[in-house]
Amino acid sequence: MTEKNIYALIAEFDSVSSIMQAAEQVRDEGYVIWDVHSPMPIHGINQAMGLRPTILPWITLAHGLVGAAFGLGLTWWMNATTVPGLSPSVQGYEFLISGKPTFSLPANIPIIFETTILFAAIVTLLGMLGLNKLPMLHNPLNKNKRFLRATTDRFFIVIEAEDQQFDATKTSDFLQSMGPLAIEVVTED
Amino acid sequence: MKKNMSTINTTSVEPSQWELQANNPSERVPLVLGDNDFTTVTDTVTELALRRTPPMWYVAMAISLSLLSVLIVTIAYLLLTGVGVWGNNNTVSWGFPIVNFVFWVGIGHAGTLISAILFLLRQNWRTGINRFAEAMTIFAVVCAGLFPGIHVGRIWFAYWLAPYPNELAMWPQARSPLLWDVFAVSTYATVSLLFWYMGMIPDLATLRDRSTTRFKQLAYGVFAMGWNGSSRHWLRFEKAYLLLAALATPLVLSVHSVVSFDFATSQVPGWHTTIFPPYFVAGAVFGGFAMVLVLSIPAREWFGLKDLITHRHIENMAKVMLGTGMIVAYAYSVEFFTAWYSQHHYEQFVFMNRPLGPYWWAFWLMVFCNVIAPQTLWFTWVRKRVWVIFAIAVLVNVGMWFERFVIVVTSLHRDYLPSSWAMFSPTWVDLFMLLGSFGLFFTLFLLFCRFLPMVAMAEVKTVMPQAHGDHPPTRFDYQPSPDTPEELRRGHWFT
Repeated sequence: MTEKNIYALIAEFDSVSSIMQAAEQVRDEGYVIWDVHSPMPIHGINQAMGLRPTILPWITLAHGLVGAAFGLGLTWWMNATTVPGLSPSVQGYEFLISGKPTFSLPANIPIIFETTILFAAIVTLLGMLGLNKLPMLHNPLNKNKRFLRATTDRFFIVIEAEDQQFDATKTSDFLQSMGPLAIEVVTED
Repeated sequence: MKKNMSTINTTSVEPSQWELQANNPSERVPLVLGDNDFTTVTDTVTELALRRTPPMWYVAMAISLSLLSVLIVTIAYLLLTGVGVWGNNNTVSWGFPIVNFVFWVGIGHAGTLISAILFLLRQNWRTGINRFAEAMTIFAVVCAGLFPGIHVGRIWFAYWLAPYPNELAMWPQARSPLLWDVFAVSTYATVSLLFWYMGMIPDLATLRDRSTTRFKQLAYGVFAMGWNGSSRHWLRFEKAYLLLAALATPLVLSVHSVVSFDFATSQVPGWHTTIFPPYFVAGAVFGGFAMVLVLSIPAREWFGLKDLITHRHIENMAKVMLGTGMIVAYAYSVEFFTAWYSQHHYEQFVFMNRPLGPYWWAFWLMVFCNVIAPQTLWFTWVRKRVWVIFAIAVLVNVGMWFERFVIVVTSLHRDYLPSSWAMFSPTWVDLFMLLGSFGLFFTLFLLFCRFLPMVAMAEVKTVMPQAHGDHPPTRFDYQPSPDTPEELRRGHWFT
């Protein structure tokens, strides 16, 4: 049997305070490619890990504006335009109702509002998934039986072998010094 | 209990104590009762989806499926015969289909209110009930969307509602409230579904990791999309959740406002009032919370969720129902004042006709169910008894259906010209279709209870004392130590 490459070292903890302290130590040790896995979001873990805020809100804002422009363009094109020579199937249709203007912004606001929300909401979900690189169909961590409890009741520090500072023995000793319940090696497959 | 309980500073208390605490705002009852920790909460919620099906589920499912088949048969009959099978006539042209549409779309509002507005207001008690309130929203919107769909008559042309370039050289009329409705309801359905699904991803991952058969692992795994609780993922997930809540909040208020515009922008006396949008929104939240109570009280009983959906949750919902019920009662009285103050002959006639005309019984039934019955919730004795609350919630649902009946039918049946006056009486198709829509709603809801995480496990875990570490609450917020280098505090990445 050939030697499999190490993918990561994982250390298991059973309380929020112990994982917080461990995360601070890993951060201060200078590791870069590592993560904390937990069954629920931990308040304050972003600072403990040294994570920067996400750019997701800007993506949402941008697409909300795109949605507003789409709604405005749609209502204007549908009811207030006639372009000579254009195919009738894409041509606008000017409804004349009691001599009222064919384009009136107040009457079009509800539709513009709905398309704004619709675009922003869809892109928020897709943006969250995209930035998180989900769907992730394969991950060596999921082969580890112990790691399955990360979605139930246990907390894990994962330091990947890709990290420049990673050294199987040294990193293992370092993780051991934080008093985890267990340390395991996850191999690539 | 679990071994780590001794090291964790829990605030769980005996049931006798929480009854004493229930009315003391300075000492709140914990949101999760009993000797629960992360493991037992997960066990309780996942047990239902993965292992045990309570016998009551089969009974309820059998009843729901029978009602659903009634709906399918009546719709088939309608499509084969034509809309003449309904009781709608030339004068009362909006009968049961529109009453049912407004009723169901109103029910949907409580879910988004709980998941979005209470989230923005930091009402942590929402975590126990938000998942199935959101599910309820989606199923109610499905029922709501059905009725205008079949009300258009030629259902095979329902796609004409959508704006798309076509060979008829026609576009929808964007200045009409009926088109606003198409956009509002379809956006609402889409955003509710996204919000519900996104919130469920971490819990689907929990189900995947606890599944014992390959099929379940794959099924839950596909929808969990590889979620494994990474904190880098949680960071963006929480931000996305906040953004969706902020987007859904104005959306939910807009939806029933737009539904009310269908009425308010017309010239019909009894419809043409500016109070309609806030009145409809309050009524929707009122009726929606009643439906959440109707679903959650049996569900917590049958599915063993009493530690997660506690008496405090039920009581809070009852209080919201009381509050919104008062707004609705106020709106009813303002309508009468406006009619009197307007000095408008036709408007005054409509409002005399409602309590005293041929549909007096519907009006007074509405007043009894929506105005008088919820007043009993002022009493602690009533709020302590969940089945009494359940009975009131059922009455409110009945009352809210009759509110829409009163608005639609009594405003239309006395037209301007007495020669056009008519009465509306529902046919058997109308009645069975209404009954059948409950079958669709409960079937979808029971499938959700059986196969999906009924309670938002990850969110409930964040409000448990164990999530706050061993620090006293004041030190709970993480502060970087002063000797941490600046670049580390700022972090390495743009995520």
